[in-house]
Amino acid sequence: MARKKIREYDSKRLLKEHLKRLVHIDLPICSAQVTESTDFTELLEKESWLSQRRLVVKPDMLFGKRGKSGLVALNLDFAGAVEFIKKRLGQEIEIEGCKGPITTFIIEPFIPHKEEYYLAISSERLGFNISFSECGGIEIEENWDKVNSIFLPTKSPLTDEAIAPLIADLPSEIGKKIGNFMKGVFAVFQDLDFSFIEMNPFTLVDGEAYPLDMRGELDENAAFKNEDKWGNLEFPLPFGRVLSPEESFILDLNDKTSASLKFTLLNPKGRIWNMIAGGGASLIYTDTVGDLGCATELGNYTEYGGPSEEEMLKLARVILDCATANPDGRKRSILIGGNIANLTDVGATFDGIIRALKEKKSELKEANIHIYVRRGGPNYLTGLAKMQAVGEELGIPVEVYGPEAVMTGICNRAIEGM
Amino acid sequence: MRVGEREEISSFPSCFLLSSLCAEAMATGQLFSRTTQALFYNYKQLPIQRMLDFDFICGRETPSVAGIINPGAEGFQKLFFGQEEIAIPVHSTIEAACAAHPTADVFINFASFRSAAASSMSALKQPTIRVVAIIAEGVPESDTKQLIAYARSNNKVVIGPATVGGIQAGAFKIGDTAGTIDNIVQCKLYRPGSVGFVSKSGGMSNEMYNTIARVTDGIYEGIAIGGDVFPGSTLSDHILRFNNIPQIKMMVVLGELGGRDEYSLVEALKQGKVNKPVVAWVSGTCARLFKSEVQFGHAGAKSGGEMESAQAKNQALKEAGAVVPTSYEAFEDAIKETFEKLVEEGKITPVKEVKPPQIPEDLNSAIKSGKVRAPTHIISTISDDRGEEPCYAGVPMSSIVEQGFGVGDVISLLWFKRSLPRYCTKFIEICIMLCADHGPCVSGAHNTIVTARAGKDLVSSLVSGLLTIGPRFGGAIDDAARYFKDAYDRGLTPYEFVESMKKKGIRVPGIGHRIKRGDNRDKRVELLQLFARTNFPSVKYMEYAVQVETYTLSKANNLVLNVDGAIGSLFLDLLAGSGMFTKQEIDEIIEIGYLNGLFVLARSIGLIGHTFDQKRLKQPLYRHPWEDVLYTK
Repeated sequence: MARKKIREYDSKRLLKEHLKRLVHIDLPICSAQVTESTDFTELLEKESWLSQRRLVVKPDMLFGKRGKSGLVALNLDFAGAVEFIKKRLGQEIEIEGCKGPITTFIIEPFIPHKEEYYLAISSERLGFNISFSECGGIEIEENWDKVNSIFLPTKSPLTDEAIAPLIADLPSEIGKKIGNFMKGVFAVFQDLDFSFIEMNPFTLVDGEAYPLDMRGELDENAAFKNEDKWGNLEFPLPFGRVLSPEESFILDLNDKTSASLKFTLLNPKGRIWNMIAGGGASLIYTDTVGDLGCATELGNYTEYGGPSEEEMLKLARVILDCATANPDGRKRSILIGGNIANLTDVGATFDGIIRALKEKKSELKEANIHIYVRRGGPNYLTGLAKMQAVGEELGIPVEVYGPEAVMTGICNRAIEGM
Repeated sequence: MRVGEREEISSFPSCFLLSSLCAEAMATGQLFSRTTQALFYNYKQLPIQRMLDFDFICGRETPSVAGIINPGAEGFQKLFFGQEEIAIPVHSTIEAACAAHPTADVFINFASFRSAAASSMSALKQPTIRVVAIIAEGVPESDTKQLIAYARSNNKVVIGPATVGGIQAGAFKIGDTAGTIDNIVQCKLYRPGSVGFVSKSGGMSNEMYNTIARVTDGIYEGIAIGGDVFPGSTLSDHILRFNNIPQIKMMVVLGELGGRDEYSLVEALKQGKVNKPVVAWVSGTCARLFKSEVQFGHAGAKSGGEMESAQAKNQALKEAGAVVPTSYEAFEDAIKETFEKLVEEGKITPVKEVKPPQIPEDLNSAIKSGKVRAPTHIISTISDDRGEEPCYAGVPMSSIVEQGFGVGDVISLLWFKRSLPRYCTKFIEICIMLCADHGPCVSGAHNTIVTARAGKDLVSSLVSGLLTIGPRFGGAIDDAARYFKDAYDRGLTPYEFVESMKKKGIRVPGIGHRIKRGDNRDKRVELLQLFARTNFPSVKYMEYAVQVETYTLSKANNLVLNVDGAIGSLFLDLLAGSGMFTKQEIDEIIEIGYLNGLFVLARSIGLIGHTFDQKRLKQPLYRHPWEDVLYTK
């Protein structure tokens, strides 16, 4: 639950729909989304403009620099657009070190234009940053000195006076149009709980603002207030993040519960595996393994908070399966760690883990697993005793530490003799 | 045309400068003391009890919770203050609570993420409230921003959202901060030390209280600002506040990757606004291990631009003059060295150690840990609702549905504690159907109708009908079973049985009908007998009843075996013939009156029907006509 980027298609869909509702601006933009499951004949029936206008096609995958990467096709007819997409759909590309397949495209009318304006709104702790430039487009970074910004405190309305410094250099007629457009976009931004909007560029078509490229980010925490306004909205994973089946399973589990369950697979062949309670502590354990020079041996990032015994069992199963998947005779370690809990009943949380350990007895032995436990908090003595006992029962080396030990001390123990 | 594309525009330096400057608008210095009292929104027994336990071991004279706000409820909540029980007033609105407790200036909000913002805003608007702590995780950013803006312009402090709270050692504790009493004692939080601590993570704050207690004289105050992108108050807000508290001699900060909050602390350090040592560590150096953008445990902990990385923040803090260790593992030593230097410089006043009083252990936790035992007051053997789903006699409710069980099977589980064969449970169901109603004129239905017409509710109408069931109404099945069983088991001939009853002046139960005759048998009886003959392994009691009927019919044509007699005798066959009951069990079942239970259950269906019928027909109060009463002396 946090800020989530949305696709350009959705950003534009929300902008168009709610500009109309909130400030009666009717944006003449059209866009169509294409994925693997798109039936082009059906699409053409639904969006007749596709066959009537020249088109622009680009991937809609939350990554930038599409123009510079040669992934934008201009001035095509529909057949050309389809051909461009079919050639690239599912193809793996690399953008700034992240590899992944292209799965989603956006098609829009090709708009020949001269002006390229830049507009960005971002939500800050005490208000909003609104930036505008007459020199938007592909070279925005080079032209950053031409970007004007204002800071609008939380409760202040976006008045003409507030906007004035942004559009001072524009001819008054155009300035007025663009100022109105900004006010509209800002109204949508606030009403729909956006945390970031950027249009780079937008232009003028028949004297009216027309966004060509758009990025948006919503506050997912506000989903409960926006169910109707957001409509059927997808929060795609960052580009290059392809979920393994295990990761999808845990993500699914996480979405269905009030508990927090996070699992990221880093290196399937890694020899150090994490099962850490708490958002803060999980980060620090992961840091520590890296600080000790064993980053490459780290199998996963995991964080859990407030799981039921059943949920804990499922998470632990996944981690144990991964940790024991590639036995090679060498020592492998599982860190069952966490800070001194405020409320969590440590004994009860460990019950789920213990059930998973018992299920995987032979796999654990075969993979030469060593288990290191460190936890404090309610009922921790019971929890540690149970862990010790299950180690003895299964014949697996288990070391347990309580609050008297340094939290990350077990990282050192895990690495020793590896 | 050109299609503009670029990566996220990084920070605007103006913005974090602004936030550090404005930080001065927040309350400076002390927020809490040993007399601070809070209002607690949304009643939660455990966190409040933990606060009161903390108060007790700190030797506070007044409990730190003055009142509870539980929307829609009023009255008192009983809680312990040490050994004693106290009653804390419960109010239904924030306004009422503030009016009743004008000296309570902290508002602890345990509302859900959906409603936390609205209740926090109304609390901030109360003149008596200075500090609002919001526990919920998942409050929308735009709502938090409204709270921040209001708090800043009204000189109030918001702690959270998404936090466990904070603590002033020996004085005041928010909610669940610092966990169990054992941990609080371990971390010496019952008396003030010299260290001010602030972190994002609530869990890690608890860990750090421990660490700090190990290598210094302990915490003076600790605050977890919460893991959100926009916390109500920031790391630097609290560091600047700590800087103004004379008892605090050094500060410890645990930051996290993501966001730019640490930079306002950097600015404050650079501007010389902090003149006490600050030991700081920003966690999340591991983010570079992840190829694509990662959302870690906290909403604010997101790998993003270089400036928001842990490495960059640690570097900036170090350059601004904070003590920054090389890793989290070295954090403890850095705190230790900084503290020892202060001791050497004579800046630390030695803490007077006190022995905190013992909190009487709760009965429940003592039982859980095996220290004491307590007798139970109730025993139950038929059902259990403690597991994943309720079980009837060990059978989970889901498998009852999945296996297509009927009401008869449920009765078999709950009444007889075993799964009887389907022919038995089907027979039970037939009995229930046959006994469900017998028209409006019988005493049960009559009572129910009169009660329903008096405007009483469903339960009153139902029970007034049920209350008529007894020796004269509906009791015949049980009696029939008892007498038939006794006679058959003793080997009495029908003649001996009927005549011995006659001698005792008892009518043979289960024999006789108002309308039915020997040549016009009761169809229901015939159906029951047919079912039993087809399905039961043995029908010896029923055959005996038929022999009795043959004898009684020879005396009078209306002395037929009626439905009560048929059910009573066939139930004996069910119990004896199924082979699933011992003789003692059968005797007990008949003795306790299970068959009466069958009648009560069945007839409830009819009585409920009569109640609904009268209500649907809007029948007025029933009054018995004078004409129908014989008035006499």
